[in-house]
Amino acid sequence: MIVGLDIGSRSIELVGLVDGVTELTLRVPTTFDPISQCTKLLDGLRPASLVGTGYGRNLIQRLDLGCELSTITEIKAHALGAMHFFPQARTVLDIGGQDTKAISLAKGKVVKFEMNDRCAAGTGKFLEYTAGVFQISIENFGEYALKGQNPPEISSICTVFAETEATSLMARGEHPESIAMGLHKAIVKRTVNMLNRVSLNFPMVFSGGVANNPCVLKLLAEEINAVLGTDILVPQEPDMVGAMGAALHGNTNC
Amino acid sequence: MGGAVSDSAHREMWEKLDLDLNAHDALLGVLGKFYGDIYLSQENRLQGAEYLDFVLSEIHGLRIKELQEAKAEGRKVVGSFCVFVPEEITLALDAIHVGLCAGAEAGSDLAEQLIPRNTCALIKSFIGFKLAKLCPFLESSDMIVGETTCDGKKKAYEAFNELVPTYIMEVPQTKSKAAHTLWKSEVLRYMAELEKVTGRTITPEKLKKGIRTANAKRRALQRLTTLRAASPAPISGRDALLINQISFYDEPVRFTAKINELCDELENRVESNEGIAPENAPRLMLSGCPMAVPNWKLPYVIESSGAVIVGEESCIGTRNTRDLVDESGETVEDMIDAIVDRYMKIDCACFTPNDDRLENVTALAKDIKADGVIHYSLLFCQPYLHEALKVDKALQAEGIPMLSIETDYSMEDVEQLKTRIEAFVETLE
Repeated sequence: MIVGLDIGSRSIELVGLVDGVTELTLRVPTTFDPISQCTKLLDGLRPASLVGTGYGRNLIQRLDLGCELSTITEIKAHALGAMHFFPQARTVLDIGGQDTKAISLAKGKVVKFEMNDRCAAGTGKFLEYTAGVFQISIENFGEYALKGQNPPEISSICTVFAETEATSLMARGEHPESIAMGLHKAIVKRTVNMLNRVSLNFPMVFSGGVANNPCVLKLLAEEINAVLGTDILVPQEPDMVGAMGAALHGNTNC
Repeated sequence: MGGAVSDSAHREMWEKLDLDLNAHDALLGVLGKFYGDIYLSQENRLQGAEYLDFVLSEIHGLRIKELQEAKAEGRKVVGSFCVFVPEEITLALDAIHVGLCAGAEAGSDLAEQLIPRNTCALIKSFIGFKLAKLCPFLESSDMIVGETTCDGKKKAYEAFNELVPTYIMEVPQTKSKAAHTLWKSEVLRYMAELEKVTGRTITPEKLKKGIRTANAKRRALQRLTTLRAASPAPISGRDALLINQISFYDEPVRFTAKINELCDELENRVESNEGIAPENAPRLMLSGCPMAVPNWKLPYVIESSGAVIVGEESCIGTRNTRDLVDESGETVEDMIDAIVDRYMKIDCACFTPNDDRLENVTALAKDIKADGVIHYSLLFCQPYLHEALKVDKALQAEGIPMLSIETDYSMEDVEQLKTRIEAFVETLE
């Protein structure tokens, strides 16, 4: 088995391939002890080759596995993963726990990419944090926000300031659902800017946990004039794309 | 750093310069560790690197002692922050021209009380070094020269001037005829001021000698630029950057001789096809803001990703070494004109328009056969951040990929930088 391990800031995903076929997909939260979490995921597995990706990719050197180890960046992993699910992909958008990346593809290769830098504004963390303000679980936050109408403009992209802005909008009597939609819109706008910087071409694969959020999907499609399902393609398990890409990079000869 | 050679003598000197000894010890300790990790850990380094190691280990020690000895003989020290201050004139008046400390995070909290927080790291650093009493070059200077390159610097010099008298040269912002005239008047004003400070007078002979000394230094660095571009790269980008950095501190004639020796060694390496990195290692060029000592963060991250840096388009790189002063003038007037012409060729991002830089960047990238360019802008550096977008377009038109990096002196973003740079290198493989 070839294993791809995507060690992200919020969660760790594992994909196991046997003869190019997905045998296993697993996911655990990263916690403060990612090594133990990785060990847990790999329990009972005997991979011939393990490829690490994500911000914690170098942690695999500390796993005592006795197999071939290598690492690739999350940019390459997401590109490989996206092209595996959708070979016609021209752009990849990944919104993960603490970073957002936009990747432009041509002839099966990464041409240009952008990532958010030090700040987690506009990432899954932003939604998780603001969902907390509404006392709604992150899984249901998108559905909730979809009920909003005429969302007010949230001008701050800073998570902390956005919360302040949301609070003052509530005090002004705005509907909470509409404010929630406004917060989703703020993320989408930031994302579109990033996509345009790498030059957006369709079809675009949308990966990462945030691709599960129906409000982000709807607003994004509106903002970039795209049709869901043809222009924007979402894999079945969007948060497994990085781990899949890593597994695909593994040496199939061993 | 601050090797054991004559620590106690150095300490006495630092005390006289009113440095904060404890903080200075801590700074040298950090620098020493940093230098060990980034420089001394390299394999297959040149013999000539011994000179670099020595200069760096004594940069606040023996070099400062030399400055003090020269001062005792009546010579003056000019400290500056920019390649626009004409070294030829400084040398012609028997003064010593040095770059001042601006490459490390020091005293930033103190600096933020005098200048806005959203100021670039380089500016914050020189203010911080003064407030924290950490720069012996600054404390040894008889004349400190600032310049009006960017808004951040020119306003910061107002605050700096309250701490230490700062002479300001007005660098024009266009390359028009009027700008040329303005710059000439500024060069003449600098000459007159330095004549006053030194109590000496410019003569054609002395100015000619000054021009030749500065040109010889630039020629040695040009030689380095050419030799390092060989494949496989015969010297690491880090070491080449260090040489450019040291050119602002060491005595110019000694520096030139040492770098020419080092270039002889490089020539032998190139001839025997010997490299510091494998022939197939991705070749990157750095472009953008200057990296003052000990700002080695980005080069280290880049070269740890398996790539090798084969060129530097910056003020501590080709922007400072590409053009020479014409040596044919015989009168002071002719030579001043030649100096003015040369300095007006500097393609600093403070000029508008600055299309020469786009041509220079693409030409250098092609000359040195760079696989890609990493554009480095300091956070909050408006001029270079703007030009990053233009440089990207210009390089794209030539089919050369570019990665734009915006960072400062802190270490908090090293992991993010690693990811970006490794991903960029992956796209080149």
